[in-house]
Amino acid sequence: MSPAHETRTRTTAKTSEAPKAAKTPGASKRVRKSDGGSAPDRSGAAHRRDLLHAMLRIRRFEERCVELYSAAKIRGFVHLYIGEEAVAVGVNEALTPDDAVVSTYREHGHALARGIPAEAVMAEMYGRTTGCSGGRGGSMHLFDAGRRFYGGNAIVAGGIPLAAGLALADRMRGQSRVTCCFFGDGAFAEGEFHETANLAALWRLPLLFACENNRYAMGTALERHQAQTDLALRAASYGMVSWAVDGMDAEAVERAAHRAAEGIRAGAGPHFLELRTYRFRAHSMYDPDRYRDKAEIERWKAQDPIERLTDRMRERGELDDEELAAVESRIDDEVGDAVEAAERAPEEPAGSLLRHVTSAPTEVG
Amino acid sequence: MGTSRTDERKTTYREALREALREAMRSDDRVFLMGEDVGRYGGCFGVSLGLLEEFGPERVRDTPLSESAFVGAGIGAALAGMRPIVEIMTVNFSLLALDQILNNAATLLHMSGGQLPVPLVIRMTTGAGRQLAAQHSHSLEGWYAHIPGIRVIAPATLEDARHMLAPALADPDPVLIFEHGVLYNASGEIGPPAASADLDHAAVRRSGTDISLITYGGSLPKVLMAADELAVDGISAEVVDLRTLRPLDGETIAASVTRTHRAVVVDEAWRTGSLAAEVSARIAEGSFYDLDAPVERVCGAECPMPYARRLEEAALPQPSDVVAAAHRAVD
Repeated sequence: MSPAHETRTRTTAKTSEAPKAAKTPGASKRVRKSDGGSAPDRSGAAHRRDLLHAMLRIRRFEERCVELYSAAKIRGFVHLYIGEEAVAVGVNEALTPDDAVVSTYREHGHALARGIPAEAVMAEMYGRTTGCSGGRGGSMHLFDAGRRFYGGNAIVAGGIPLAAGLALADRMRGQSRVTCCFFGDGAFAEGEFHETANLAALWRLPLLFACENNRYAMGTALERHQAQTDLALRAASYGMVSWAVDGMDAEAVERAAHRAAEGIRAGAGPHFLELRTYRFRAHSMYDPDRYRDKAEIERWKAQDPIERLTDRMRERGELDDEELAAVESRIDDEVGDAVEAAERAPEEPAGSLLRHVTSAPTEVG
Repeated sequence: MGTSRTDERKTTYREALREALREAMRSDDRVFLMGEDVGRYGGCFGVSLGLLEEFGPERVRDTPLSESAFVGAGIGAALAGMRPIVEIMTVNFSLLALDQILNNAATLLHMSGGQLPVPLVIRMTTGAGRQLAAQHSHSLEGWYAHIPGIRVIAPATLEDARHMLAPALADPDPVLIFEHGVLYNASGEIGPPAASADLDHAAVRRSGTDISLITYGGSLPKVLMAADELAVDGISAEVVDLRTLRPLDGETIAASVTRTHRAVVVDEAWRTGSLAAEVSARIAEGSFYDLDAPVERVCGAECPMPYARRLEEAALPQPSDVVAAAHRAVD
């Protein structure tokens, strides 16, 4: 990748305040107006510490997944989120427990940020009864109906229309809730996105399109799979408020997501966030990662969202080594406990194979 | 409207479907209809005519021509507690939403460990006979019947058109309703609902002792005609209407074959890998020793559906084909 792109990403981060389009002028005004009111609550040191904790928790959880995968404790396709933590954590800050989240196959970060216990996620990776999908989903299909977490979609863009339906139900019942749909730049090429963007804008659905542009559709670079690489620009053409955001900055993501969620709750229709980020690891644990050079990865690692926030906090005198060690220690304990619990958890009996195929109870002998 | 008293009691398959929709929307405000041309146009085949005026555009919702998005939106709305009825113009178009139907609607309950039932109803037209050629005429309901996690029904009579929707909506899982295009104008008087509101059982439409003619949907009238012809020849044919293609009612099929010892399976879809193949295999597995003759199949010709009337007729099972197959089995 050319250095010019990084300049552009930083430039975009600065200009991310400005909406690219709004269906009505009133919509964008409302969005801007809300900015000043809510920002101070979320700019304190304690809040930054929460963001840091949430990101570190995802990172350490997944680092443990790598070890467990190598030890053949967990199997299947495992898609790591390492490098993208600022997106899940920042967007989650804009959502309430009443909102809904629709996710992809790279969803450990979304699930953990949404509040699904690490133990339930880890047990699912182990395929155990106590997993959040009862062992039937694995890494790619995490669900939690109680937390309104609707997967866990391994068909790229397959969750996008479903998110429109969740938003439609809220709209029809007059509920002031947001449905947040995560998907990647790869999914942006699918017809599902076009169909749903059109439908959502047409019906002014309370839907947040959270596009995680990590620059790769599996192993194919953005420039090689998108004719127009400015995704926010394209989304704006549907008449949605659309922003490009520095996805390596948790606070920037949070500000943008918060403004978008407020606009959606105010009835301004769907909003689109292009969260420009990068995955530090390969597409999946199977992927030898031969399609990108090390220098590119290193350039992006210099933007590590966890290090950026840590540095910012240190500069402000909001974090010292002792505090950081305490946070790390808490996370170590939590992840360790999750693994231990998953190891001990029972496996689903083979006789339960046909349970949940339909709602009627069925058992095989 | 100037119609006589007798005419007023008569209804059509189309009107029976409409009445079922109206009843569903009146009795449950979670129910809404969504699809291509369902509102202002009144439904591609006129089924929803007048419902927009009664229920308004929120509940009778015209969609863009985006099968995947509006079927997926139906799934999401069902997950959120609504009871959507999604209409797709024809089964051929449903292929644009196959990902949503198979990878989401049929799968979410299991993938989520039982957390996410999808109480969704999808209606669509199927079948040939109106010279609509290869992209509006195929019978792919057998493909859908292949998929665990969904229920597939094919109302063939006025009673079923009128009374199968309510239990479909009450089902916590996705139900696909296949309406054969040639049935919309079928008319008559509707019988009592009691025996009809059933999504688990096949129906014996005519009792007989010499042979079982097993069919469903748009082929039922043709098979009943064939049974009449066979009666003239002195052959007593029992006609079994499958009604529900998934899960299949194997017991009714087996009981009929046990009575008649012979079977012809009639299915407008292509023979290879068809639902007729599944029914035949079940008979071979479960009723082999009851059989006095090999199971016969009468299916659609293995070609894309042609436009020209003579060719289309040749491609479809006709009563004479059923009669000939029955004679092969009996004689």
